[in-house]
Amino acid sequence: MSQANLLDRRAVVSELLKDRKGAFAVGGLGASTYDIAAAGDHDRNFYLWGGMGGAVMIGLGLALAQPTLPVVVITGDGEMLMGVGSLATVGLQQPKNLSIIVLDNEAYGETGGQASHTGGPADLVGVAKACGIGDSRAISTMAEVEAFASSLQDVTAGPRFASAKIDGANLERVLSSRDGTYLVNRIRGSIGHTPI
Amino acid sequence: MHARADTAASWPEEIFSILQRFEVRQVPYVPDAGHSQLIERVLGSSSMRGIALTTEEEGVALLAGAWAGGQRGVLLMQSSGVGNCINMLSLVQIFRLPFLTLVTMRGEWGEFNPWQVPMGSNTQGILELSGIKVLRASHPEEVREVVEAGAAQAYNACTPTAVLLSQRLIGAKVFTK
Repeated sequence: MSQANLLDRRAVVSELLKDRKGAFAVGGLGASTYDIAAAGDHDRNFYLWGGMGGAVMIGLGLALAQPTLPVVVITGDGEMLMGVGSLATVGLQQPKNLSIIVLDNEAYGETGGQASHTGGPADLVGVAKACGIGDSRAISTMAEVEAFASSLQDVTAGPRFASAKIDGANLERVLSSRDGTYLVNRIRGSIGHTPI
Repeated sequence: MHARADTAASWPEEIFSILQRFEVRQVPYVPDAGHSQLIERVLGSSSMRGIALTTEEEGVALLAGAWAGGQRGVLLMQSSGVGNCINMLSLVQIFRLPFLTLVTMRGEWGEFNPWQVPMGSNTQGILELSGIKVLRASHPEEVREVVEAGAAQAYNACTPTAVLLSQRLIGAKVFTK
């Protein structure tokens, strides 16, 4: 499945989070969560091991609660398709500090590589744009990834959406903590909230 | 049985005051006629943000993000929407969320539309199987204390709670040609 002209998912995520400063990173169920873990554990990583289709909405709730901090949702095409209506909800709310990037391998990698709709006619960049996310782009080079990484720090110009076509190779899983209460309390702790 | 009244009821205002008192900030909703007065109040409020959803499960995920970011929320939906939430309700247990939802009931108490009945009949069971405590208000005079108790246990004790606002309270929807 490895193709030379497609981006490497780990390189993309590592670039996105390299100089993240205070940003929160929400990872969709599946390989995106492993990619975020591979880039390095962080108090503000919101790893998802379930709730398929919910990554963008978790990002939206976080972004509305913390409007001065960048929030980046990093998810896959299958996860995004399951929650595709959430792009309309983001388009309506216009959170300026929310960025969404889909790592699009046109397949359900975690379940055996079955083809997803983005390998067919479904165009997520078109969907995002049509939902009112004005800054929606297709990414195909690392230079464009770098530009997206620096733009997500700007909490006055979002929401923004990108889809990066990535190599479909299944990489070694890098497993994050999967204790949800710990992860959420760790994020809350990082912004000064104590447990109840 | 009684039909929906045309005049504004006072209990939606009581719910709004309770939400204010508990410092609720994010109010995701899928519109329902029974919630219309409360939704209008939320959309006009400076301390709460009403967030229209395309499907109710979005609201469960939104509230998980809100809680991680330090804000409380409440999900407003109709009984049929509970069915749309089932898998996403995993987040409530996994994150031990202070989850509160106010559910207006259809498919009971003088219902006209049979299509509302299957989901309306299973709403409470589905919520309970999903680990959510269920309270119910059927009369205007009990709404305040039931919603207050629900909000208190959800926000103070992180005990996920649904308050069912019965069709007996809201009034059955009248279908006329």
